[in-house]
Amino acid sequence: MVDTQRKLLLGNLACVHGAIYAGMRFFAGYPITPSTEVAEGCSRELPRIGGRFIQMEDEIGSIGAVVGASVSGVKAMTATSGPGYSLMVENIGYAYMTETPCVIINVQRGGPSTGLPTKGSQSDTMQARWGPHGDYTAIAVAPSTVGDTVTETIRAFNLAERFRTPVTILLDEVISHQREMISLPKPGEHQVVDRVKPTASPEEFEPFAHTAGGVSPMPAYGEGYRYVITGLTHDAMGFTTNRPDEIKLKLDKLRNKILNFKSEITKLRIEMMDDAEIAFVSYGSVSRAVLLAVALARKAGVKVGMIQLYTVWPFPDEELRDYLVGCHKVIVPELNMGQVVREVGRILPPDTEIHSLLRYDGEILTPMQLLEKLEEVM
Amino acid sequence: MTTAEKTKAAPRQRSDVILNYLRPKKKFPNVWCAGCGNGIVMSAIVRAIDKLALSKDEVAMVSGIGCSSRMPIYLDFNALHTTHGRALPFATGIKFAQPHMKVIVITGDGDALAIGGNHFIHACRRNIDITAILVNNYIYGMTGGQGSPTTPTAAFSTTTPYGNAEKHFDPCKLAEAAGASYVARATVYHAPQLEKAIMQAVDHRGFSLVEVISNCHTYFGRLNRLGDAVSMLKEYKEKSVTVARAKRMSPEELKDKHVIGTLYEDDKTEFCDEYQKIVDAQMGEK
Ligand SMILES: Cc1ncc(C[n+]2csc(CCOP(=O)(O)OP(=O)(O)O)c2C)c(N)n1
Ligand code: SF4
Repeated sequence: MVDTQRKLLLGNLACVHGAIYAGMRFFAGYPITPSTEVAEGCSRELPRIGGRFIQMEDEIGSIGAVVGASVSGVKAMTATSGPGYSLMVENIGYAYMTETPCVIINVQRGGPSTGLPTKGSQSDTMQARWGPHGDYTAIAVAPSTVGDTVTETIRAFNLAERFRTPVTILLDEVISHQREMISLPKPGEHQVVDRVKPTASPEEFEPFAHTAGGVSPMPAYGEGYRYVITGLTHDAMGFTTNRPDEIKLKLDKLRNKILNFKSEITKLRIEMMDDAEIAFVSYGSVSRAVLLAVALARKAGVKVGMIQLYTVWPFPDEELRDYLVGCHKVIVPELNMGQVVREVGRILPPDTEIHSLLRYDGEILTPMQLLEKLEEVM
Repeated sequence: MTTAEKTKAAPRQRSDVILNYLRPKKKFPNVWCAGCGNGIVMSAIVRAIDKLALSKDEVAMVSGIGCSSRMPIYLDFNALHTTHGRALPFATGIKFAQPHMKVIVITGDGDALAIGGNHFIHACRRNIDITAILVNNYIYGMTGGQGSPTTPTAAFSTTTPYGNAEKHFDPCKLAEAAGASYVARATVYHAPQLEKAIMQAVDHRGFSLVEVISNCHTYFGRLNRLGDAVSMLKEYKEKSVTVARAKRMSPEELKDKHVIGTLYEDDKTEFCDEYQKIVDAQMGEK
């Protein structure tokens, strides 16, 4: 039997498939290499399913329109690369503050500035955590294959809806422009999460109520709950406040609604860690080379394993520490000048050695380079 | 409400209309200086919406950042108080996602024309069915009186202490040239005309701009020795001419005058309607 769900798919189009599967019906974006095929794919697919695509005048407008669509009750996303993400950050901060679910895909390329439009990179990892000014907690996921990209995009939407927050997908040029044969998920194969709607009457409704789980039910504009959404610090009613107790409550809410439920957000891939003495900790496209390198090293009898972070933010401190407890040495390979290595270092016991393998010349890390590094630290 | 409004001694019935649209539970007073033109603009909007008999639920009021942009917080509609200059893209998202909604944007001259200038011309170009009410007080009110893209040449502000060396925008001409399909101007002295312009703008299918010339006596008035709110309103009365009268006047006579009324109107196709045709065609094909 021919599997009709099998498809040779470009990484960027995997985002489109995943997003539509998750219920995305609104896309606003601005073309930028290496993310453009996401916009092009959405412009083709969305009208066919009653969705909406708009090419905005810039990335600031794109994320603005995405937030506008989301408060209207429609799942929305945008896709960009470093220069565009940099333009978006003020309005991404607005989405954090107003607790508006949305998904931002950053197909990373080399930077800073216009940098290397056609070369892969992981140098925006910290930007996904700390992009907008102010205090908040960010969620970011990082796929490593085209297949992953479908499932991680679905997961990104689910997390955004579940926690009422923007979620960044950290893709990179390597995956976005790769074609892989994958099986598209069948309807019902993955859970699809929708934001919780209020049950209170409009008179009793508190738009930013402090609930037990920290997430307030969210009505759509037009549903009878005429409330205020503002980027100014606000109280449970959504009204601006200068009261120290209310300010603190709001900021605690932004953090706790995510950190108190980290186990629902963290996703790791664990390979050959049971008896591992040395571990690679990686994320994104680099993990593909790591997987091969670990398999080769195992054949040669080296007790090495790998942990791949599908969830990069919030950083999985506790889970990672648990897996790394038996290792003497940890290697963190990245396509940047060292971003996640510091996070890993922060959680390791003082007697565990940590090594960084960095590449930021526009090329990818090969399994050979990883094996060389492994040999060097052994 | 503001002093300027109280002095108008509005008939009882009018203030009832306004009360009905003020957000219940909102902690008042508002942030505006007594006598600020923003209060007059707000009441004109409310009366226009009331006369149009729109349901409050179908109105989304979106704003950027500035004194004028605080307005949606006070009114009982779906309110989105966004970031500086970006109200129009957010409004575009709401309108495009829910084309049946009436989307009204409240924006200042700095908000719409400086930081938000690019969004402004593109919203006009798309002719998306949004009404932008641009409260033009010729200055940045919220940040304390700096020059804006509408500050007249030679006028004073806290960043043009020796007189403005720059030229200024005419927001109405800009909107018309960029593709808006309804453009009107009023001043806060001309409250009934303002109300009518807002009614027509909201009723119009396509991008509509109502520029309201409004007093910031606190900064623009004080720095340019224009007196208090009342004297600024009087000046608007003296300096305004209707579109009909302006047609009979020479450019020389029109210098320093505010031409008020409907400046431009056409019936070109609207963006959401056109996109819906694409959706219908694509979904029909499946
Ligand atoms: C990105 C950004 N830059 C600057 C500011 C500071 N700011 C707040 S309001 C404002 C200008 C407001 O002037 P205008 O839009 O004319 O509105 P008004 O206050 O006069 O009604 C500025 C510069 C800001 N909030 N955000
Ligand atoms: S500063 Fe000017 S624009 Fe702002 S409220 Fe006062 S008078 Fe109005």
